[in-house]
Amino acid sequence: MRMPLFRGKKPKRWGQALTALVFLSLFLASCDQYTPSILNPQGPVASKESGLFWFILVVATIVFVAVEGMLIYSIIRFRERPNSPTPRQIHGNNTLEIAWTVAPSIFLFAVLIGTIYTMFSLAQPAGPNVEVKVVGHQWWWEFDYVHENFVTADELVVPQGTTIQLDLYSSNVIHSFWIPQLTGKTDVIPGHNNHMWFEADNVTTTPYRGECAEFCGDQHAHMDFSVTVLPKDTYQTWVSSQQQAAAAKPTDPTALAGQQVFLGVGGCQACHGIVGVNLTSFNDPKAQSEIGPNLTHFGSRHLIAGGVLTWDPSTCQVVNGKLVNQNSCGLYQWLHDPQGIKPFSDMVIGQLTDTQIAELVAYLETLK
Amino acid sequence: MATRTVVEGVALERRKRFSETYFGEWVMTTDHKKLGIMYIVTAFFFFLVGGLEALLVRTQLAVPNGQVLNAEQYNQVFTMHGTTMIFLFVMPMLVGFGNYVVPLMIGARDMAFPRLNAFGYWIVLFGGLFLTSSFLFGQAPNAGWFSYAPLTELTADCGATAVRCTAGLNMDFWALGILMLGISSISGSLNFVVTILKLRAPGMTINRMPLFTWMTLVTSFLLLFAIPSVTAAALLLLLDRHLGTHFYQAGAGGDPLLWQHLFWSFGHPEVYILILPAFGMISEILPVFSRKPLFGYTFVAWSGVAIGFLSFTVWAHHMFAVGLPPVAQAFFATSTTLIAIPTAVKIFNWVATVYGGKLSFKVPMLFALGFVAMFLIGGLNGVALAVVPFDYQVTDSYFVVAHLHYVLFGGTVFAVFAGIFYWFPKMTGKLLNERLGQVQFWLMLIGVNLTFFPMHILGLLGMPRRIYTYPGNLGWNELNLLATIGAFIIAIAILVFLWNFIITLRSGEPAGDDPWDAFTLEWDTSSPPKPYNFLVLPVVRSRRPFYDKKNPETADWKTATH
Repeated sequence: MRMPLFRGKKPKRWGQALTALVFLSLFLASCDQYTPSILNPQGPVASKESGLFWFILVVATIVFVAVEGMLIYSIIRFRERPNSPTPRQIHGNNTLEIAWTVAPSIFLFAVLIGTIYTMFSLAQPAGPNVEVKVVGHQWWWEFDYVHENFVTADELVVPQGTTIQLDLYSSNVIHSFWIPQLTGKTDVIPGHNNHMWFEADNVTTTPYRGECAEFCGDQHAHMDFSVTVLPKDTYQTWVSSQQQAAAAKPTDPTALAGQQVFLGVGGCQACHGIVGVNLTSFNDPKAQSEIGPNLTHFGSRHLIAGGVLTWDPSTCQVVNGKLVNQNSCGLYQWLHDPQGIKPFSDMVIGQLTDTQIAELVAYLETLK
Repeated sequence: MATRTVVEGVALERRKRFSETYFGEWVMTTDHKKLGIMYIVTAFFFFLVGGLEALLVRTQLAVPNGQVLNAEQYNQVFTMHGTTMIFLFVMPMLVGFGNYVVPLMIGARDMAFPRLNAFGYWIVLFGGLFLTSSFLFGQAPNAGWFSYAPLTELTADCGATAVRCTAGLNMDFWALGILMLGISSISGSLNFVVTILKLRAPGMTINRMPLFTWMTLVTSFLLLFAIPSVTAAALLLLLDRHLGTHFYQAGAGGDPLLWQHLFWSFGHPEVYILILPAFGMISEILPVFSRKPLFGYTFVAWSGVAIGFLSFTVWAHHMFAVGLPPVAQAFFATSTTLIAIPTAVKIFNWVATVYGGKLSFKVPMLFALGFVAMFLIGGLNGVALAVVPFDYQVTDSYFVVAHLHYVLFGGTVFAVFAGIFYWFPKMTGKLLNERLGQVQFWLMLIGVNLTFFPMHILGLLGMPRRIYTYPGNLGWNELNLLATIGAFIIAIAILVFLWNFIITLRSGEPAGDDPWDAFTLEWDTSSPPKPYNFLVLPVVRSRRPFYDKKNPETADWKTATH
C-alpha cells in the first residue's frame, strides 16, 4: 500500500521552512545585546573561529542537500506502485564506490586544511600584553592582574586592542574559561598551567558574558563573569583606582556600622579581604587563607557570586539605616540568604537583622 | 499446575520443576531467543526511565529560572539520563537484538556459551537496578556520565580547603555499576565473537554473513578492547576514594587528565559500539523493503571494520579544550576527519540501495529511512566538531548535545525502532499495528528535530551544557521552549508505541513466518522459532540464502559472483 504522507512534495516544503526558520532565528538571536553569540565575534580569535563555522556550514549544506535530495528523490521516484516491475538485483558498482570514497575525501581534506591552518594562525602574537592570572573557584572566577599587582573577581576588565594573556589555574576541580564573543574555551585544570589569549576590538557598552563551560559541581550554572573593554587610557585610570587600598574607616556613620558588621557579627572577614581594612596590601600573606573574593573594590562591580545575582546601587538605597526597597536589592537578597540563593556555595553569613544587612550594604557600596 | 500423565490407568503425578513453570522458564533459560527478548524488554524499561529523566531535564529548562528541580537534583537527573541511556538502554538493547537475531541469521542453534549468555543478562539487570536504586538513597551519581576527576573524588582528598567534590555514595554507585556492566559486556562480546566465528551454518563464509552479524562482530571486538580502559579508570577512582591513592589528584602527584585519557579511550570506541549495530540493522532492513540486495556489500562491511579500527585513534577530540599541544590536536583532528570517510561511504551505499528499488513504506522502512536522514545530520555536525578552532567554541555547549542526539536518537533510537518493528513478528508471531507505527514515526521525526535542532543554535548562542538554569535575557528562551515541546512530542510517540505493543500482544494480526518476504535465514524458521531454531541446518550459497530458496530461478548464487 502506498503511504499517503509521501504523496506530493511535502518533505521538500518542510525542509525549506526548516532552513528559513534556522536562518531567521540565527539572525534574530545575534541581534540581542546580551546574547553571548559566537556568531557575533568581537575580536580576532572569535572572528577566526566563527569564520570557520560559516565555511563548514557551506560545505555541510552542499553535502546535506545533495544526499537528502537524492534520498527524497529515490523515496518519491521508486515508491511501490501497482505496476512496479521487480527491480534489477544490482549488488554494487566498484567505480561508484571509488567515486564516493574520493569525493568526501576531497571535501574533508579542504575542511582539514582550513582547520589546521586556522589552528596555527591562532598562536599568540609576540609583543606587549596584559597578563591576568585566572583562578577558577567553586563557583566564581578570580582575576589577578600579575604586573599591576591587584586582584578582583567576577568582572574582567581589559583594554581595547591589546593582547590579553590569561594563565589559568584551579586548585579544586576542572573548569573551563569561555568568552563566546571573544574566544573559544580553554579548560582550567588542577596541576596544568594552561594559557589562552584574546583581543577585543571594540569598547563595550554592555559587558560581554563569560561562562564556565566544564561541569564543576552543583552551581556550575552560576559561574559566569563579565568582560568589560575600556579604551586604553580609561583602562589605565581603572587600574590605578583598583590598586588603591580602601579607606580604613568610612565617613558615613551607616557605612561605619556596616564595617563593624563586616569585621564582627557578620563573620565576613574570615573569608573576605579588604585591603586597608583587614589586609595590609594585595600581597598580604593573610590573603592566602581568604577563600572568598577580595572585596576591596566590590562597590565598583555589579555581579554577585558568579552572576547568581546582580546589583545596582540605585536599587539598594539606604535611608535612615534601612533599605528603601530591600526586595529589589540583589545584594540584600544575597546577604540575607546566600545558601538559599546559591546552595552548596561556601558563602555563609552570621544571623543578621535587616538593619545590619542594610548597614553592610551601605558599607560595601563605599568600596569603589 | 501439576502435570498429569496417565499410563495404563496409573496416575503418575509430580510437581513441575521450577524451570518448567512459565516464570521459571524465563528465569532459568539459556535460550538465546528468550535471553534476547529479556535483554530487549529490560533495555526498553530503562529507556523509559532514561526518558523520564530527559523529560525532567527539559521541563526544568523549558523556561528561564526553572524551579522544577534544584541544582543537586538536576545534576543527578542529567547524569543518570546519560548513564542510563548509554549503559542501560542502548548497549543492552543492541546486545538483545544481537542475541536474538545473530544465531538465527547465521544458522546456529544457540550462542556458543549459553550459560555465559544468561550470566551476562542477569548482570546487566542487577547492575542496572543497582545504579538506578541510588535514587532511593537520594545519592544518584551527579558528576555527568563522563565523571571527570577530580570532581568525582571524595571531598577530603581533592585539593585545597573548602572544595566540594562528591562526598556521598553517588560516585561509588556509578563506579561499581560501570564495573558490573563491564563484566557483562566482556562476557557478551566474547560469546558473540566465538559464536560468529565458529557456529556459522555450512557455506556461510565470512563474506556471506548478513551485515547485522558483521557489525555485531566488529562491535564485540571494540568492546573487548575498550571496556578494560573504563574498568581500569573506575577501579582507580574507587582506589582513590577508598584506599587513599592519588591517581587523579594533581596536588599529590596524580593527574586529572589521566581520567580523561582512560575514559575517552573507552568513550569514543563506545560511541561506535552504540551505532555500528544500528548500521547493521539498517543494512538489513533497507534492502528487504527496497526489494534489492544491499548495494556495495563489501564496502559497507569493510567500512564498518575501518570505523572500528579508527575509533581507537580519535579519543582526544573530546579533549580539544584541555590544552594539548597543537601537533597532537592536528593528529586527532585528522583521525576524526578520516573516520568520516567510511561513514560517508555507508550512507552513500544505503541511498544507492534505495535508488532503483521498489520501496514499500512499512514501518521498519520508515524508521530506517528516518535513520539515514537524521544520522546524516549527526555526521555533518560531527565533522564540524573535528574542526579544532570551531570546537574551542562549541565543545561543552548545546551544539554538542545536538550532535550526539542526532547520532544516538535520530540514529540509534530510530534504528532500534526499525529493528523492533522488523523483528517483532519473528519474536512473537504477531505484526505490530502499521497505522499506529506510522503515527509514532511521524511524531518522532517531528519531535526529534524540534528537540535537537534548536540545540545547535543554542550552542552557537553560547549556552553551555549541564547548567541547571539560565537567566531570561540571553535570547535562549524560545529555543529552549521549542526543545521542551519537542521532547514531549517524542514522549507521546513512545506512548503510542506502548499502546501498540499492548494491543498487538493481546490481539495482533498473525504474522506468519515471513511477513516481509525477507532475505536472511532468521525468516526461514517458524514465528516464533522453535527452541532448536532449525530442524535441519540450512546450507548457504550466497549472501541472501532465504531469497535463493524462494527464488530458485534467479538465486544470487547463480547470478552473482560471491
